[in-house]
Amino acid sequence: MLIQDQGLVKTTKFSKPNYLGDVINAVKIFNEKEVDELCLLDIGASIENREPNFSLLEDIASEAFMPMSYGGGISNLEQAKKLFFIGFEKIVVNTSFIKKPGLIEEIVHYAGSQSVIVSIDAKKKILNGYHCCIEGGKQKVDKTPQELAILAEKAGAGEILLNSIDRDGTMSGYDIELIKSVAEKVSIPVIACGGASDIKDLKQALKEGNAHAVAAGSMFVYYGKKRAVLINMPDEKELIAGGIYEV
Amino acid sequence: MVAVINYGLGNVSSILNMLKKIGAKDVVLVQDPSEIKFADKLILPGVGAFDTGMKLLKQSGLVDAINIHTLENKKPILGICLGMQMLGCSSEEGKESGLGYLDFVSKKFDLKNSMLKVPHMGWDYVSVEKEKDPIVSEGMSSMKFYFVHSYHAVCKNAEDVLMYCNYGYPFAAAVSRGSIYGVQFHPEKSHKYGMQLLSNFVKV
Repeated sequence: MLIQDQGLVKTTKFSKPNYLGDVINAVKIFNEKEVDELCLLDIGASIENREPNFSLLEDIASEAFMPMSYGGGISNLEQAKKLFFIGFEKIVVNTSFIKKPGLIEEIVHYAGSQSVIVSIDAKKKILNGYHCCIEGGKQKVDKTPQELAILAEKAGAGEILLNSIDRDGTMSGYDIELIKSVAEKVSIPVIACGGASDIKDLKQALKEGNAHAVAAGSMFVYYGKKRAVLINMPDEKELIAGGIYEV
Repeated sequence: MVAVINYGLGNVSSILNMLKKIGAKDVVLVQDPSEIKFADKLILPGVGAFDTGMKLLKQSGLVDAINIHTLENKKPILGICLGMQMLGCSSEEGKESGLGYLDFVSKKFDLKNSMLKVPHMGWDYVSVEKEKDPIVSEGMSSMKFYFVHSYHAVCKNAEDVLMYCNYGYPFAAAVSRGSIYGVQFHPEKSHKYGMQLLSNFVKV
């Protein structure tokens, strides 16, 4: 779930944020739909050099009865501690992984690897291969997603959230080659994100991409050809029928 | 009065939120030993390392009051995650002794011969051993709960195991003896399933 200016938004290729509605309302609905886990990302925080919005996050946490992770503007241990205290299980770090070396290790030492997710935003290079970005896709980092993933694992991160900037919001399927190339380089779980449109896509990322878990945005907030805003989620029966658990 | 013990560790906000959601009346967060005697039921949360938890609990000065509540007055207590492990005798994770209410030690998952990773993190199904136990609902054997842990209780007495879960091998997902309860998973993060379990505990 992407938050910008306290509202829920959905981007396309990390730009053109489309306002969807109230965050807390969305959390309540996802609660009712018994989603496994919610990941909230404040996409403006790092660019605007801002702290997490703790009062909004406290309100959100009080409505959620499933595991939650938060990312966006986390740059020191105190912020992470506060997030754990208000009820978030895991924190997601992207920009600070590059700009604040040592932060991941500090948080891991305090709360354990399982509480830290490093988010890698990958963008295709013009010719071949990928590079990475920070600050909401605005700043380029001269490392491949594979290199960053290896560094993240070394730093003690518990999971990698791998975003394909090119597939984001397009619902054109996951970038399976990207996912596979990162998953084979690390032993920690890789969560695939970017491009999911239906259960078949989820299964493909798990089976062919070797992702440990799959995340989706547009698939759960848009419905139909005209992309009407409607929060929708496959239920357990549909997931079983789609073969998700056979992977 | 349901007292949630605040000794410095654990997902206290989430537990209080879920108790509020299920409509539990008279829920209090306690950190003073003198408040414990007014409680009808205690909830002991916990997240993190065993020694950190036991040291903080001992430093809080609450242990004697909790002992009186549980062992002398035999009033209900529910340990959650690390809180459950602290109800046992000890843990391989640390050197401190636990509260010793139930005869078990906590050991690290031995998954050498498996592709599975530690910690056991995620939603998992449980199977209920003692169907008639008050905190168990009908159909709980097909319910999922959220687990995040690297250590699990190994009970000396099989009758203390309330629920099993399977991660490489069966392990105790919940324990109970008399009015002493422990759950390895996080009911406060297991939406409607957790709400049912907490509702049952509040009514015990």
